Amino acid sequence: MSLAATAPYGFLSPTGVEIAFLLVGLVTLGAALITVTTRQLVHAALWLVVTLGGLAVEYLLLTAEFIAWVQVLIYVGSVVVLLLFGLMLTRAPIGHSPDADSGNRPAALVVAVGSAGALVWVVTDAFRATWIDLDGPAAGTTGVTGESLFRHWVLPFEALSVLLLAALVGAIVLSRKAKAEQAAGTPSLAKAPGDKEGAR
Amino acid sequence: MTTTTLAALVPLLPFLGAVAGLLLGRTAPGFVRPLAVLPPLASLVLAALVAARQGGGRAIDAYTLLTPTGSVPVDLALHIDGFAALVAVLVAFVATCVQIYSTGYLRDDPRYPSYAALVSLFTSAMLLVVYSGDLIVLLVGWEVMGICSYFLVGHYWGTPEARAASLKAFLVTKLGDLPFLIGLFALGTDAGSFRITRVLGAVASGGLDHPTVIALLLLAGVAGKSAQFPLHTWLPDAMAGPTPVSALIHAATMVAAGVYFVARLLPVFEASAAAMTVLAVMAAVTMLGSGLAALAQDDIKRVLAYSTIGQLGYMTGALAVGDRGAAVFHLLSHGAFKALLFLAGGAVIHAAGTNSLAAMSRMSHLRDRVPDAFWTMTVALLALAAIPPFSGFFSKESVLAAAERLATGHPGPAPGAAGWIVLVAALATALLTAAYATRLWLLAFRGRGAEAPDHGRQPLTMTVVLWVLALPSLAFGALAYRTLPGWFDGRSLAPTLLTSVLGTGLAVVGGLLAYGAWQRAAARAPRVPLGAVAAHPEGDAGLVEAEAIAAHEPAYGDIAQAPDPADPGRLLLGPLFGPAAAGFHLDAVYSALFVRPVLGAASLVRFLDREVVDTYVRGAAALPRLLGAAVRRAQTGNVQTYVSALLAGTVVLTVAVLLVASGA
Amino acid sequence: MHLAYPAVLAALLFCTGLYGVLARRNAILVLMSVELMLNAVNLNLVAFDVWLSRTAQDTLHSGQALALFTIAIAAAEIGIGLAIVLAVYRDRATADIDRLRDTAETPGDDPDHPDASGTEKAEATA
Repeated sequence: MSLAATAPYGFLSPTGVEIAFLLVGLVTLGAALITVTTRQLVHAALWLVVTLGGLAVEYLLLTAEFIAWVQVLIYVGSVVVLLLFGLMLTRAPIGHSPDADSGNRPAALVVAVGSAGALVWVVTDAFRATWIDLDGPAAGTTGVTGESLFRHWVLPFEALSVLLLAALVGAIVLSRKAKAEQAAGTPSLAKAPGDKEGAR
Repeated sequence: MTTTTLAALVPLLPFLGAVAGLLLGRTAPGFVRPLAVLPPLASLVLAALVAARQGGGRAIDAYTLLTPTGSVPVDLALHIDGFAALVAVLVAFVATCVQIYSTGYLRDDPRYPSYAALVSLFTSAMLLVVYSGDLIVLLVGWEVMGICSYFLVGHYWGTPEARAASLKAFLVTKLGDLPFLIGLFALGTDAGSFRITRVLGAVASGGLDHPTVIALLLLAGVAGKSAQFPLHTWLPDAMAGPTPVSALIHAATMVAAGVYFVARLLPVFEASAAAMTVLAVMAAVTMLGSGLAALAQDDIKRVLAYSTIGQLGYMTGALAVGDRGAAVFHLLSHGAFKALLFLAGGAVIHAAGTNSLAAMSRMSHLRDRVPDAFWTMTVALLALAAIPPFSGFFSKESVLAAAERLATGHPGPAPGAAGWIVLVAALATALLTAAYATRLWLLAFRGRGAEAPDHGRQPLTMTVVLWVLALPSLAFGALAYRTLPGWFDGRSLAPTLLTSVLGTGLAVVGGLLAYGAWQRAAARAPRVPLGAVAAHPEGDAGLVEAEAIAAHEPAYGDIAQAPDPADPGRLLLGPLFGPAAAGFHLDAVYSALFVRPVLGAASLVRFLDREVVDTYVRGAAALPRLLGAAVRRAQTGNVQTYVSALLAGTVVLTVAVLLVASGA
Repeated sequence: MHLAYPAVLAALLFCTGLYGVLARRNAILVLMSVELMLNAVNLNLVAFDVWLSRTAQDTLHSGQALALFTIAIAAAEIGIGLAIVLAVYRDRATADIDRLRDTAETPGDDPDHPDASGTEKAEATA
């Protein structure tokens, strides 16, 4: 990160990529703000889609195309759908719900604004004179990513698959728990009068 | 076996018997009685053997150093001279009698095993005191006796009198033991050793720096143990214990220990004329006061208790005039007849179902119910009143003769004034002794009124012991006064003509006075019906006695006296009767002087602790409690609040770190 | 491109997610906010990976690999989280976070004699 190399860049003379990043970033941030403030729960999920999609575009602008498509596939495609299912299963009210925010809102606002101020201050202070060189070969094509993933990151990758399996099993167990208890409770009641069948 | 080994076995056997009795008492009840009787009996045989081998010759000294104890060594030492040999025989003899008697007296008592074991331990401790040649080892026996007396006096712990009496006995003797302990340390430091022989050697060579202080400190302990004025008040109250225990305490152990201790270390006391004078005054006050008090007591055992105090006064009087031979002679004969008096008294209480003389005087034919007790008690009372030829006469005359020798100007170890004090007090007490002995005998055995209840004969174990004890009461003095000087210091113990005539004459006068008063007073007896007898007269003697003691205060209004106008003591003492019955209100004086200030100080301390100190403590607790309440309020259970606080703290910390790092 | 753009955007998104976590009442909305925070981290990872791969010739692409892992873990997290929310909902008939206050210190509680019956049972089933 030689300062000499960064000399040609100018803070007040943005390139096209920078303008595009800024605009998409504003949209993303706006969508995120609506996500955490809207009173309609389903709308919150839909605005989340916008936020995540905007982030995918930002990844593309940063030349990380593989991550961008993964983002679209997994987040927009499955996570949001899962969340919508969750909303439905918990019988969340469709439409305007006045009590979507808890009483903790002022404190949350203070903490969030405080931490945002601190983070932005630190980040701008630290990277005031740092530029990303986006020219040249793309840093995140599928080929490059796959090569590094299966050359240097094989072991963590396999471990992650085990973790995913465990999460799968855990989710099933958690959601079946109440039913299992019910199933265990009723036969014992039925067993009491007629001991023959229960004894096997 | 060598004489030393035999002597070591004498205290050891009852101790082992006590341990075995305590261990086996519950699991093997069949062994309890043999374990109670046989060790003291074996000790008696061994003590007699030791006495025969020692034979009044040179003192046997043996010692072994158990472990290094610093600047002043403590040895396990034996020092057996004529005094020790004979007193040990007496102790073992009385203890054996008491144990045999107890098998009958407490035959149905569920706590007999522990009782018998404690009696054995008591005996063992006294034998240790007698034989010990080292003052610290002696102190061990001395203190073990104290705790044993506490347990044994409190044997009937169901009754409040017994509880109070056991505590009182323990505390009062402890009150004397504290100065005693300090005195022992001072003596050991001055003499450079705790061995009695070395201490006596140091005294002989004038090696004691503070003889008066040491002697007075030791005297306090002696007064506590031997029930001398002003620490005698525990002894009458200790009558709340079983009668055999009283016999043991009064005849052979405990109270004898103090006299014996002074006799053993008499040269230490003789080194200080002041101590000898104090001893003489103490003896005189004790004799006279106890004689008067004995005349007014209603409880037969309390009469005997005060008579013990008086007889101990004779012994300390003999010591005060520097004649320990006479003192120990009286100790021996008194041991025999006082044990007999108590044991026979126990039989009488059992037969009468009451311990009140007023109630007994309204019973006829009591002596036909207990003929053995009647005859033996008559012998013992004659010995107590010092009528020739009973043993008490010779021993008491030896005391009087010693006092007279000193008073008439013979050079002695003590000032002549001490001799006069002791002589006059002893003669007056002779009169009083005869008077209360006569009163006791007349009231108990010459009662008129309803016939005494018949509960059958006393157990054989009880009556045989009475006759065994009656023999020395009858003949010991006459047989022994010629041979005993060879065992003791060699001074003659023979009665002199003048004192014999005076003493016997006064005794006869006292007896006649009491008889006359009784003749006049007895006429009033039928007009005032009195009497309360035990609820379970068919029970064993211990139960009857416990009930009689418990019933005395509710029935007569006082533990010591009864409102009986037919009491000859009332006629003899006149206005003195009330104070004398209450022990001249010494307890009340103590209560005002010591007990109440201590209680007041205790309640003050309690107030300071509860109200003052605790206020600060409570105040110190109030602030944390308030803070705790505030913190509790923060625990809302809302996870989001918690996380908000956590993150806010994180942000604040981060900003602070950044500001510090950037040097702002 | 100036590195501050993605970095500041990531910081703002993260704080937005933070606000959502602290302020939302419905547990599923809280989960959404968590996703926002994870995505902000992902953006940081990707941006710094691109910057480092140029200026420091980094060939490991650790940033992008970690971003992928984060996405996978986030998927697992959302699955487990939803399962837990569903279990709570089944037990309490509500998914509101501020009503799940079993650990609250009520004023009547005697610290020496905790009211063991109700709270502990509820916690065990939750």
